[in-house]
Amino acid sequence: MNPIYSRRRRKDIVVRGLCFGAAAFGVTWLALILVTLLYNGVAGLNLELFAADTPPPGSTEGGLRNAIVGSLIMTVIGVGIGAPLGLFAGTYLAEYGRNDKLTSVIRFINDILLSAPSIIIGLFVYGAVVVPMRGFSAIAGSLALAVIVIPVVLRTTEDMLLLVPNALREAASALGLPRSLVIKRIAYRAARSGLITGVLLATARVAGETAPLLFTALSNQFFSLGLNKTMANLPVTINNFVQSPYAYWKQLAWSGALLITLTVLALNIGARILGAERTAK
Amino acid sequence: MSDLSVSMSAAGGLPQSPVLPEAPAKVTVRNLNFYYGEHHALKNINMSLGTNRVTAFIGPSGCGKSTLLRIFNRMYDLYPGQRVTGQLMLDQTNILDPKLDLNLLRARVGMVFQKPTPFPMTIYENIAFGIRLYEKISKSEMDDRVEKALRGGALWNEVKDKLNASGLSLSGGQQQRLCIARTVAVRPEVILFDEPCSALDPISTAKVEELIQELSENYTIAIVTHNMQQAARVSDKTAFMYLGELIEFDDTSKIFTSPTDRRTQDYITGRFG
Repeated sequence: MNPIYSRRRRKDIVVRGLCFGAAAFGVTWLALILVTLLYNGVAGLNLELFAADTPPPGSTEGGLRNAIVGSLIMTVIGVGIGAPLGLFAGTYLAEYGRNDKLTSVIRFINDILLSAPSIIIGLFVYGAVVVPMRGFSAIAGSLALAVIVIPVVLRTTEDMLLLVPNALREAASALGLPRSLVIKRIAYRAARSGLITGVLLATARVAGETAPLLFTALSNQFFSLGLNKTMANLPVTINNFVQSPYAYWKQLAWSGALLITLTVLALNIGARILGAERTAK
Repeated sequence: MSDLSVSMSAAGGLPQSPVLPEAPAKVTVRNLNFYYGEHHALKNINMSLGTNRVTAFIGPSGCGKSTLLRIFNRMYDLYPGQRVTGQLMLDQTNILDPKLDLNLLRARVGMVFQKPTPFPMTIYENIAFGIRLYEKISKSEMDDRVEKALRGGALWNEVKDKLNASGLSLSGGQQQRLCIARTVAVRPEVILFDEPCSALDPISTAKVEELIQELSENYTIAIVTHNMQQAARVSDKTAFMYLGELIEFDDTSKIFTSPTDRRTQDYITGRFG
Protein backbone atom coordinates (compact mmCIF):
# COMPACT_ATOMS: atom_id res chain seq x y z
CA MET A 1 0.00 0.00 0.00
CA ASN A 2 1.09 3.55 -0.67
CA PRO A 3 3.05 4.66 2.47
CA ILE A 4 1.48 8.13 2.51
CA TYR A 5 -1.95 6.61 2.41
CA SER A 6 -1.26 4.00 5.09
CA ARG A 7 0.19 6.62 7.40
CA ARG A 8 -2.92 8.70 6.94
CA ARG A 9 -5.05 5.69 7.79
CA ARG A 10 -3.09 5.02 10.99
CA LYS A 11 -3.49 8.67 11.99
CA ASP A 12 -7.19 8.47 11.31
CA ILE A 13 -7.56 5.45 13.59
CA VAL A 14 -5.64 7.15 16.42
CA VAL A 15 -7.61 10.41 16.17
CA ARG A 16 -10.89 8.56 15.96
CA GLY A 17 -9.95 6.59 19.09
CA LEU A 18 -9.06 9.78 20.97
CA CYS A 19 -12.33 11.46 20.01
CA PHE A 20 -14.35 8.44 21.06
CA GLY A 21 -12.42 8.19 24.34
CA ALA A 22 -13.02 11.85 25.17
CA ALA A 23 -16.72 11.55 24.44
CA ALA A 24 -17.03 8.34 26.48
CA PHE A 25 -15.14 9.91 29.40
CA GLY A 26 -17.55 12.86 29.55
CA VAL A 27 -20.70 10.83 29.12
CA THR A 28 -19.63 8.27 31.77
CA TRP A 29 -19.53 10.86 34.53
CA LEU A 30 -22.82 12.33 33.43
CA ALA A 31 -24.40 8.88 33.44
CA LEU A 32 -22.99 8.12 36.89
CA ILE A 33 -24.38 11.40 38.25
CA LEU A 34 -27.82 10.76 36.77
CA VAL A 35 -27.96 7.15 37.95
CA THR A 36 -26.93 8.14 41.49
CA LEU A 37 -29.47 10.96 41.49
CA LEU A 38 -32.23 8.67 40.23
CA TYR A 39 -31.31 5.89 42.70
CA ASN A 40 -31.29 8.19 45.72
CA GLY A 41 -34.02 10.55 44.63
CA VAL A 42 -36.75 8.11 43.64
CA ALA A 43 -36.98 6.74 47.21
CA GLY A 44 -38.38 10.05 48.43
CA LEU A 45 -40.78 10.71 45.56
CA ASN A 46 -44.25 10.56 47.11
CA LEU A 47 -47.31 12.71 47.61
CA GLU A 48 -46.00 14.11 50.88
CA LEU A 49 -43.13 15.70 48.99
CA PHE A 50 -45.59 18.00 47.25
CA ALA A 51 -48.17 18.36 50.04
CA ALA A 52 -46.12 19.07 53.18
CA ASP A 53 -43.73 21.89 53.98
CA THR A 54 -40.08 21.45 54.95
CA PRO A 55 -39.76 19.73 58.35
CA PRO A 56 -38.05 21.10 61.46
CA PRO A 57 -34.72 19.53 62.46
CA GLY A 58 -35.01 15.93 63.63
CA SER A 59 -38.50 15.35 62.27
CA THR A 60 -39.07 12.47 59.88
CA GLU A 61 -42.19 13.94 58.30
CA GLY A 62 -42.56 16.72 55.76
CA GLY A 63 -41.94 17.55 52.14
CA LEU A 64 -40.81 20.38 49.93
CA ARG A 65 -44.11 22.16 49.14
CA ASN A 66 -42.94 25.61 50.24
CA ALA A 67 -39.66 25.27 48.35
CA ILE A 68 -41.40 24.04 45.17
CA VAL A 69 -43.94 26.87 45.27
CA GLY A 70 -41.23 29.42 46.05
CA SER A 71 -39.06 28.25 43.18
CA LEU A 72 -42.04 28.38 40.82
CA ILE A 73 -42.94 31.92 41.87
CA MET A 74 -39.42 33.31 41.60
CA THR A 75 -38.71 31.53 38.30
CA VAL A 76 -41.95 32.82 36.78
CA ILE A 77 -41.31 36.40 37.91
CA GLY A 78 -37.64 36.21 36.90
CA VAL A 79 -38.46 34.91 33.42
CA GLY A 80 -41.43 37.32 33.26
CA ILE A 81 -39.09 40.27 33.75
CA GLY A 82 -36.01 38.95 31.94
CA ALA A 83 -37.56 37.38 28.85
CA PRO A 84 -39.30 40.53 27.48
CA LEU A 85 -36.16 42.60 28.08
CA GLY A 86 -34.05 39.98 26.31
CA LEU A 87 -36.55 39.75 23.44
CA PHE A 88 -36.64 43.50 22.91
CA ALA A 89 -32.87 43.87 23.16
CA GLY A 90 -32.32 40.95 20.76
CA THR A 91 -34.83 42.52 18.37
CA TYR A 92 -32.88 45.77 18.45
CA LEU A 93 -29.62 44.01 17.62
CA ALA A 94 -31.05 41.90 14.80
CA GLU A 95 -33.49 44.38 13.27
CA TYR A 96 -33.06 48.05 14.03
CA GLY A 97 -29.41 48.17 14.99
CA ARG A 98 -28.03 45.80 12.40
CA ASN A 99 -25.72 48.38 10.86
CA ASP A 100 -25.07 50.23 14.08
CA LYS A 101 -21.65 50.37 15.75
CA LEU A 102 -23.37 50.20 19.15
CA THR A 103 -24.65 46.73 18.23
CA SER A 104 -21.29 45.01 18.35
CA VAL A 105 -20.53 46.68 21.68
CA ILE A 106 -23.83 45.47 23.14
CA ARG A 107 -23.26 41.98 21.76
CA PHE A 108 -19.79 41.84 23.31
CA ILE A 109 -21.03 42.97 26.73
CA ASN A 110 -23.91 40.53 26.51
CA ASP A 111 -21.49 37.68 25.83
CA ILE A 112 -19.59 38.60 28.99
CA LEU A 113 -22.83 38.68 30.97
CA LEU A 114 -23.77 35.33 29.44
CA SER A 115 -20.68 33.66 30.84
CA ALA A 116 -20.50 35.59 34.13
CA PRO A 117 -20.53 33.28 37.19
CA SER A 118 -24.01 33.39 38.67
CA ILE A 119 -22.62 34.09 42.15
CA ILE A 120 -21.38 37.46 40.85
CA ILE A 121 -24.91 38.25 39.71
CA GLY A 122 -26.16 37.23 43.16
CA LEU A 123 -23.68 39.60 44.81
CA PHE A 124 -24.64 42.39 42.41
CA VAL A 125 -28.33 42.08 43.27
CA TYR A 126 -27.39 41.80 46.95
CA GLY A 127 -25.68 45.17 46.73
CA ALA A 128 -28.24 46.76 44.42
CA VAL A 129 -31.49 45.51 45.99
CA VAL A 130 -31.02 43.59 49.25
CA VAL A 131 -28.90 46.20 51.04
CA PRO A 132 -31.08 49.23 50.13
CA MET A 133 -34.23 47.24 50.98
CA ARG A 134 -32.65 46.21 54.31
CA GLY A 135 -33.44 42.54 53.94
CA PHE A 136 -33.51 39.42 51.83
CA SER A 137 -36.63 39.10 49.71
CA ALA A 138 -38.28 36.98 47.04
CA ILE A 139 -38.37 39.97 44.72
CA ALA A 140 -34.58 40.34 45.01
CA GLY A 141 -34.29 36.63 44.15
CA SER A 142 -36.55 37.09 41.12
CA LEU A 143 -34.48 40.05 39.93
CA ALA A 144 -31.27 38.03 40.23
CA LEU A 145 -32.83 35.29 38.09
CA ALA A 146 -34.03 37.94 35.61
CA VAL A 147 -30.47 39.22 35.21
CA ILE A 148 -29.42 35.67 34.29
CA VAL A 149 -32.33 35.24 31.86
CA ILE A 150 -31.69 38.47 29.89
CA PRO A 151 -28.42 37.54 28.12
CA VAL A 152 -29.64 34.02 27.27
CA VAL A 153 -32.87 35.25 25.69
CA LEU A 154 -31.12 38.18 24.02
CA ARG A 155 -28.64 35.89 22.32
CA THR A 156 -31.14 33.34 21.06
CA THR A 157 -33.51 36.09 19.92
CA GLU A 158 -30.82 37.77 17.88
CA ASP A 159 -29.61 34.48 16.39
CA MET A 160 -33.13 33.35 15.50
CA LEU A 161 -34.09 36.67 13.90
CA LEU A 162 -30.88 36.71 11.87
CA LEU A 163 -31.92 33.31 10.45
CA VAL A 164 -35.09 34.84 8.98
CA PRO A 165 -34.26 35.43 5.31
CA ASN A 166 -33.96 39.07 4.34
CA ALA A 167 -36.06 38.35 1.25
CA LEU A 168 -39.03 37.89 3.56
CA ARG A 169 -38.49 41.31 5.14
CA GLU A 170 -38.11 42.89 1.72
CA ALA A 171 -41.29 41.22 0.50
CA ALA A 172 -43.19 42.53 3.50
CA SER A 173 -41.76 46.03 3.05
CA ALA A 174 -42.64 45.91 -0.64
CA LEU A 175 -46.25 45.34 0.37
CA GLY A 176 -46.13 48.60 2.30
CA LEU A 177 -45.64 47.27 5.83
CA PRO A 178 -44.00 49.70 8.22
CA ARG A 179 -40.86 48.42 9.94
CA SER A 180 -42.59 47.65 13.23
CA LEU A 181 -45.14 45.40 11.53
CA VAL A 182 -42.49 43.68 9.43
CA ILE A 183 -40.85 42.67 12.69
CA LYS A 184 -44.00 41.87 14.66
CA ARG A 185 -46.03 40.10 12.02
CA ILE A 186 -43.38 38.58 9.76
CA ALA A 187 -40.00 38.19 11.48
CA TYR A 188 -41.40 37.12 14.86
CA ARG A 189 -43.80 34.75 13.16
CA ALA A 190 -41.08 33.15 11.08
CA ALA A 191 -38.79 32.80 14.11
CA ARG A 192 -41.52 31.97 16.62
CA SER A 193 -40.47 28.47 17.64
CA GLY A 194 -36.86 29.59 17.96
CA LEU A 195 -37.85 32.48 20.20
CA ILE A 196 -39.94 30.24 22.44
CA THR A 197 -37.06 27.76 22.57
CA GLY A 198 -34.77 30.52 23.83
CA VAL A 199 -37.16 31.39 26.64
CA LEU A 200 -37.54 27.71 27.60
CA LEU A 201 -33.79 27.21 27.72
CA ALA A 202 -33.39 30.33 29.85
CA THR A 203 -36.08 28.98 32.20
CA ALA A 204 -34.20 25.69 32.43
CA ARG A 205 -31.03 27.58 33.17
CA VAL A 206 -32.43 29.55 36.12
CA ALA A 207 -34.55 26.70 37.53
CA GLY A 208 -31.49 25.21 39.18
CA GLU A 209 -29.54 28.35 40.07
CA THR A 210 -28.47 28.35 43.74
CA ALA A 211 -25.82 31.00 44.17
CA PRO A 212 -27.83 34.06 43.14
CA LEU A 213 -30.71 33.04 45.44
CA LEU A 214 -28.40 32.44 48.38
CA PHE A 215 -27.60 36.17 48.44
CA THR A 216 -31.05 37.47 47.61
CA ALA A 217 -34.07 35.35 48.54
CA LEU A 218 -32.09 33.40 51.11
CA SER A 219 -34.53 30.65 52.05
CA ASN A 220 -37.16 29.97 54.62
CA GLN A 221 -38.49 27.00 56.56
CA PHE A 222 -42.10 28.02 56.12
CA PHE A 223 -44.70 28.48 53.45
CA SER A 224 -44.84 32.12 52.37
CA LEU A 225 -46.09 34.02 49.37
CA GLY A 226 -44.89 37.50 50.35
CA LEU A 227 -42.49 38.94 47.80
CA ASN A 228 -40.87 41.32 50.28
CA LYS A 229 -39.81 38.52 52.65
CA THR A 230 -37.40 35.64 52.33
CA MET A 231 -38.85 32.76 50.32
CA ALA A 232 -38.16 29.04 50.37
CA ASN A 233 -36.82 27.63 47.11
CA LEU A 234 -35.54 24.27 45.91
CA PRO A 235 -31.86 24.98 45.16
CA VAL A 236 -31.06 26.70 48.47
CA THR A 237 -33.13 24.18 50.45
CA ILE A 238 -31.19 21.36 48.80
CA ASN A 239 -27.96 23.15 49.61
CA ASN A 240 -28.95 23.51 53.29
CA PHE A 241 -30.37 20.01 53.72
CA VAL A 242 -27.39 18.27 52.15
CA GLN A 243 -25.11 19.86 54.73
CA SER A 244 -27.32 18.78 57.65
CA PRO A 245 -26.73 15.68 59.80
CA TYR A 246 -30.36 14.45 59.46
CA ALA A 247 -30.98 11.47 57.20
CA TYR A 248 -34.51 12.59 56.36
CA TRP A 249 -33.31 16.04 55.26
CA LYS A 250 -30.69 14.39 53.08
CA GLN A 251 -33.41 12.27 51.50
CA LEU A 252 -35.49 15.39 50.78
CA ALA A 253 -32.43 17.02 49.20
CA TRP A 254 -31.99 14.07 46.82
CA SER A 255 -35.65 14.14 45.84
CA GLY A 256 -35.55 17.90 45.33
CA ALA A 257 -32.50 17.59 43.10
CA LEU A 258 -34.30 14.92 41.08
CA LEU A 259 -37.33 17.20 40.72
CA ILE A 260 -35.21 20.05 39.34
CA THR A 261 -33.39 17.71 36.98
CA LEU A 262 -36.67 16.30 35.65
CA THR A 263 -38.04 19.83 35.16
CA VAL A 264 -34.95 20.91 33.25
CA LEU A 265 -35.13 17.73 31.19
CA ALA A 266 -38.78 18.42 30.33
CA LEU A 267 -37.96 22.01 29.32
CA ASN A 268 -35.09 20.85 27.14
CA ILE A 269 -37.22 18.20 25.46
CA GLY A 270 -39.88 20.87 24.84
CA ALA A 271 -37.25 23.11 23.29
CA ARG A 272 -36.01 20.22 21.14
CA ILE A 273 -39.49 19.45 19.85
CA LEU A 274 -40.05 23.10 18.93
CA GLY A 275 -36.63 23.22 17.28
CA ALA A 276 -37.45 20.13 15.23
CA GLU A 277 -40.68 21.74 14.09
CA ARG A 278 -38.71 24.69 12.84
CA THR A 279 -36.31 22.64 10.73
CA ALA A 280 -39.16 20.52 9.39
CA LYS A 281 -40.54 23.63 7.68
CA MET B 1 -22.08 56.78 -24.55
CA SER B 2 -24.15 57.40 -27.62
CA ASP B 3 -27.33 59.39 -27.69
CA LEU B 4 -29.16 56.13 -28.36
CA SER B 5 -29.63 55.81 -24.63
CA VAL B 6 -32.57 58.15 -24.90
CA SER B 7 -34.00 56.72 -28.09
CA MET B 8 -37.54 56.95 -26.83
CA SER B 9 -38.91 58.18 -30.11
CA ALA B 10 -41.88 56.19 -31.32
CA ALA B 11 -39.85 54.59 -34.03
CA GLY B 12 -42.38 51.80 -34.42
CA GLY B 13 -41.47 48.19 -35.09
CA LEU B 14 -41.20 46.22 -38.24
CA PRO B 15 -44.36 46.50 -40.33
CA GLN B 16 -45.47 42.91 -39.68
CA SER B 17 -45.05 42.92 -35.87
CA PRO B 18 -47.97 43.97 -33.67
CA VAL B 19 -46.87 47.13 -31.91
CA LEU B 20 -49.28 48.73 -29.47
CA PRO B 21 -49.76 52.46 -29.81
CA GLU B 22 -47.52 54.60 -27.60
CA ALA B 23 -49.03 54.71 -24.10
CA PRO B 24 -48.91 57.74 -21.77
CA ALA B 25 -46.07 57.46 -19.27
CA LYS B 26 -46.92 56.08 -15.82
CA VAL B 27 -43.42 56.33 -14.45
CA THR B 28 -40.90 58.81 -15.81
CA VAL B 29 -37.16 58.55 -15.19
CA ARG B 30 -34.98 61.62 -15.85
CA ASN B 31 -31.21 61.90 -15.46
CA LEU B 32 -31.23 59.23 -12.77
CA ASN B 33 -27.94 58.34 -11.07
CA PHE B 34 -27.45 55.80 -8.32
CA TYR B 35 -24.54 55.12 -6.00
CA TYR B 36 -23.73 52.20 -3.70
CA GLY B 37 -21.36 54.11 -1.43
CA GLU B 38 -18.64 55.18 -3.89
CA HIS B 39 -19.73 52.87 -6.67
CA HIS B 40 -21.63 54.65 -9.45
CA ALA B 41 -24.15 51.92 -10.30
CA LEU B 42 -26.60 53.75 -12.59
CA LYS B 43 -25.47 56.47 -14.98
CA ASN B 44 -27.85 59.10 -16.23
CA ILE B 45 -30.88 56.93 -17.00
CA ASN B 46 -33.72 58.43 -19.06
CA MET B 47 -36.81 56.41 -19.90
CA SER B 48 -40.44 55.82 -18.98
CA LEU B 49 -42.86 53.00 -18.23
CA GLY B 50 -45.99 53.23 -20.40
CA THR B 51 -49.35 52.94 -18.65
CA ASN B 52 -50.70 49.36 -18.81
CA ARG B 53 -47.71 48.21 -20.78
CA VAL B 54 -45.04 45.64 -19.97
CA THR B 55 -41.51 47.00 -19.98
CA ALA B 56 -38.67 44.47 -19.83
CA PHE B 57 -35.16 45.18 -18.58
CA ILE B 58 -32.42 42.96 -19.98
CA GLY B 59 -28.65 42.99 -19.73
CA PRO B 60 -25.76 41.00 -18.28
CA SER B 61 -25.40 40.50 -14.51
CA GLY B 62 -24.35 43.61 -12.67
CA CYS B 63 -25.64 45.99 -15.36
CA GLY B 64 -27.94 47.74 -12.88
CA LYS B 65 -31.33 46.51 -14.05
CA SER B 66 -32.39 45.18 -10.62
CA THR B 67 -30.97 48.30 -8.99
CA LEU B 68 -33.18 50.46 -11.22
CA LEU B 69 -36.22 48.35 -10.41
CA ARG B 70 -35.56 48.70 -6.68
CA ILE B 71 -35.56 52.50 -7.01
CA PHE B 72 -39.11 52.50 -8.39
CA ASN B 73 -40.46 51.45 -4.94
CA ARG B 74 -37.58 52.95 -2.92
CA MET B 75 -36.55 49.46 -1.76
CA TYR B 76 -32.99 50.72 -1.54
CA ASP B 77 -34.09 52.87 1.41
CA LEU B 78 -33.90 49.77 3.63
CA TYR B 79 -30.12 49.85 3.43
CA PRO B 80 -27.70 52.59 4.42
CA GLY B 81 -25.02 54.04 2.17
CA GLN B 82 -27.13 54.11 -1.00
CA ARG B 83 -27.82 57.40 -2.77
CA VAL B 84 -29.81 58.52 -5.76
CA THR B 85 -29.92 61.75 -7.79
CA GLY B 86 -32.17 62.85 -10.64
CA GLN B 87 -35.90 62.76 -11.10
CA LEU B 88 -38.37 59.92 -10.84
CA MET B 89 -42.10 60.58 -11.16
CA LEU B 90 -45.08 58.28 -10.63
CA ASP B 91 -47.82 60.28 -12.35
CA GLN B 92 -47.57 63.57 -10.44
CA THR B 93 -45.81 62.08 -7.38
CA ASN B 94 -42.09 62.57 -6.92
CA ILE B 95 -40.90 59.10 -5.87
CA LEU B 96 -37.56 60.45 -4.66
CA ASP B 97 -39.12 63.03 -2.32
CA PRO B 98 -37.49 62.34 1.08
CA LYS B 99 -40.75 63.24 2.81
CA LEU B 100 -42.79 60.75 0.77
CA ASP B 101 -44.62 58.10 2.84
CA LEU B 102 -42.83 54.95 1.68
CA ASN B 103 -45.60 52.64 2.82
CA LEU B 104 -48.14 54.46 0.68
CA LEU B 105 -45.71 54.47 -2.25
CA ARG B 106 -45.26 50.70 -1.91
CA ALA B 107 -49.01 50.25 -1.82
CA ARG B 108 -49.08 51.89 -5.27
CA VAL B 109 -45.96 50.16 -6.57
CA GLY B 110 -45.99 46.43 -5.74
CA MET B 111 -43.07 44.07 -6.17
CA VAL B 112 -42.58 40.35 -6.86
CA PHE B 113 -39.16 38.91 -6.10
CA GLN B 114 -36.81 36.37 -7.61
CA LYS B 115 -37.43 33.74 -4.96
CA PRO B 116 -41.02 33.11 -3.88
CA THR B 117 -41.49 34.66 -0.44
CA PRO B 118 -44.77 33.42 1.04
CA PHE B 119 -45.29 34.69 4.57
CA PRO B 120 -45.27 32.07 7.36
CA MET B 121 -49.08 31.93 7.58
CA THR B 122 -52.04 30.35 5.81
CA ILE B 123 -52.74 30.87 2.11
CA TYR B 124 -55.81 32.93 3.01
CA GLU B 125 -53.86 35.07 5.48
CA ASN B 126 -51.06 35.65 2.98
CA ILE B 127 -53.59 37.56 0.87
CA ALA B 128 -55.80 39.05 3.60
CA PHE B 129 -52.77 40.34 5.50
CA GLY B 130 -51.88 42.97 2.88
CA ILE B 131 -55.49 44.05 2.37
CA ARG B 132 -55.98 44.63 6.10
CA LEU B 133 -53.11 47.11 6.09
CA TYR B 134 -55.16 49.55 4.06
CA GLU B 135 -58.79 48.61 4.44
CA LYS B 136 -61.22 47.57 7.16
CA ILE B 137 -63.72 45.23 5.55
CA SER B 138 -66.14 42.54 6.71
CA LYS B 139 -65.36 38.82 6.68
CA SER B 140 -67.53 38.15 3.63
CA GLU B 141 -66.03 41.05 1.71
CA MET B 142 -62.60 39.78 2.64
CA ASP B 143 -63.50 36.30 1.40
CA ASP B 144 -64.47 37.87 -1.92
CA ARG B 145 -61.28 39.89 -2.14
CA VAL B 146 -59.11 36.87 -1.34
CA GLU B 147 -60.88 34.77 -3.98
CA LYS B 148 -60.55 37.57 -6.54
CA ALA B 149 -56.85 38.00 -5.79
CA LEU B 150 -56.19 34.26 -6.01
CA ARG B 151 -58.08 34.14 -9.31
CA GLY B 152 -56.01 37.11 -10.40
CA GLY B 153 -52.92 35.10 -9.51
CA ALA B 154 -54.26 32.08 -11.51
CA LEU B 155 -54.09 30.04 -8.32
CA TRP B 156 -57.72 29.83 -7.12
CA ASN B 157 -58.56 26.45 -8.62
CA GLU B 158 -55.50 24.84 -7.09
CA VAL B 159 -55.95 26.16 -3.56
CA LYS B 160 -59.67 26.84 -3.05
CA ASP B 161 -60.04 23.67 -0.94
CA LYS B 162 -57.04 24.34 1.28
CA LEU B 163 -57.10 28.05 2.03
CA ASN B 164 -56.12 27.30 5.62
CA ALA B 165 -53.02 25.35 4.67
CA SER B 166 -49.67 27.05 5.19
CA GLY B 167 -48.45 29.16 2.29
CA LEU B 168 -45.16 27.31 2.65
CA SER B 169 -46.83 24.00 1.75
CA LEU B 170 -47.30 25.05 -1.89
CA SER B 171 -44.88 24.21 -4.70
CA GLY B 172 -42.38 26.84 -5.85
CA GLY B 173 -44.46 27.91 -8.84
CA GLN B 174 -47.63 28.07 -6.74
CA GLN B 175 -45.79 30.08 -4.10
CA GLN B 176 -44.71 32.60 -6.72
CA ARG B 177 -48.28 32.95 -8.00
CA LEU B 178 -49.39 33.38 -4.36
CA CYS B 179 -46.91 36.25 -4.09
CA ILE B 180 -48.31 37.78 -7.28
CA ALA B 181 -51.87 37.39 -5.95
CA ARG B 182 -50.80 39.00 -2.68
CA THR B 183 -49.33 41.95 -4.59
CA VAL B 184 -52.42 42.33 -6.77
CA ALA B 185 -54.71 42.14 -3.72
CA VAL B 186 -53.72 45.57 -2.42
CA ARG B 187 -54.62 47.07 -5.84
CA PRO B 188 -51.36 48.70 -6.85
CA GLU B 189 -50.92 50.76 -10.02
CA VAL B 190 -47.49 49.46 -10.95
CA ILE B 191 -46.08 45.94 -10.41
CA LEU B 192 -42.35 45.31 -10.47
CA PHE B 193 -41.12 41.79 -11.25
CA ASP B 194 -37.50 41.08 -10.32
CA GLU B 195 -36.57 37.91 -12.25
CA PRO B 196 -39.84 36.28 -11.17
CA CYS B 197 -39.24 32.99 -13.00
CA SER B 198 -35.57 32.31 -12.39
CA ALA B 199 -36.38 29.88 -9.57
CA LEU B 200 -39.24 28.17 -11.43
CA ASP B 201 -39.59 25.18 -13.73
CA PRO B 202 -40.67 25.72 -17.38
CA ILE B 203 -44.34 24.95 -16.80
CA SER B 204 -44.61 27.33 -13.85
CA THR B 205 -42.69 29.89 -15.87
CA ALA B 206 -45.23 29.65 -18.69
CA LYS B 207 -48.06 30.17 -16.21
CA VAL B 208 -46.43 33.22 -14.67
CA GLU B 209 -45.68 34.70 -18.10
CA GLU B 210 -49.29 34.23 -19.16
CA LEU B 211 -50.33 35.89 -15.92
CA ILE B 212 -48.07 38.88 -16.55
CA GLN B 213 -49.71 39.37 -19.94
CA GLU B 214 -53.16 39.28 -18.37
CA LEU B 215 -52.15 41.68 -15.62
CA SER B 216 -50.91 44.20 -18.14
CA GLU B 217 -54.53 44.96 -19.03
CA ASN B 218 -54.92 46.68 -15.68
CA TYR B 219 -51.43 47.37 -14.38
CA THR B 220 -48.24 49.03 -15.51
CA ILE B 221 -45.57 46.35 -15.37
CA ALA B 222 -41.78 46.36 -15.24
CA ILE B 223 -39.91 43.06 -15.40
CA VAL B 224 -36.23 42.33 -14.98
CA THR B 225 -35.19 39.11 -16.65
CA HIS B 226 -32.08 37.18 -17.63
CA ASN B 227 -34.08 35.26 -20.15
CA MET B 228 -34.24 37.10 -23.48
CA GLN B 229 -36.95 34.84 -24.89
CA GLN B 230 -39.02 35.76 -21.87
CA ALA B 231 -38.51 39.47 -22.50
CA ALA B 232 -39.49 38.94 -26.14
CA ARG B 233 -42.60 36.96 -25.16
CA VAL B 234 -44.08 39.15 -22.46
CA SER B 235 -43.00 42.73 -23.04
CA ASP B 236 -44.13 45.62 -25.21
CA LYS B 237 -40.95 47.61 -24.71
CA THR B 238 -37.47 46.45 -23.84
CA ALA B 239 -34.61 48.31 -22.23
CA PHE B 240 -31.10 46.95 -22.71
CA MET B 241 -28.69 47.97 -19.96
CA TYR B 242 -24.96 47.53 -19.79
CA LEU B 243 -22.48 48.60 -17.07
CA GLY B 244 -24.96 50.96 -15.44
CA GLU B 245 -26.04 52.66 -18.65
CA LEU B 246 -29.26 52.39 -20.59
CA ILE B 247 -27.93 51.47 -24.02
CA GLU B 248 -31.13 51.07 -25.96
CA PHE B 249 -34.82 51.39 -25.18
CA ASP B 250 -37.43 50.66 -27.80
CA ASP B 251 -40.34 48.48 -28.87
CA THR B 252 -39.55 44.89 -28.03
CA SER B 253 -40.00 43.74 -31.61
CA LYS B 254 -37.47 46.31 -32.77
CA ILE B 255 -34.90 45.49 -30.09
CA PHE B 256 -34.97 41.82 -30.97
CA THR B 257 -35.03 42.21 -34.76
CA SER B 258 -33.14 45.35 -35.65
CA PRO B 259 -31.33 46.87 -32.67
CA THR B 260 -29.54 50.11 -33.36
CA ASP B 261 -26.62 49.69 -31.00
CA ARG B 262 -23.84 47.22 -31.64
CA ARG B 263 -23.76 46.14 -27.94
CA THR B 264 -27.48 45.36 -27.94
CA GLN B 265 -27.02 43.21 -31.01
CA ASP B 266 -24.04 41.41 -29.48
CA TYR B 267 -26.01 40.70 -26.31
CA ILE B 268 -29.21 39.43 -27.90
CA THR B 269 -27.27 37.23 -30.28
CA GLY B 270 -25.43 35.72 -27.33
CA ARG B 271 -22.00 37.08 -28.08
CA PHE B 272 -21.56 38.14 -24.44
CA GLY B 273 -23.42 38.19 -21.14
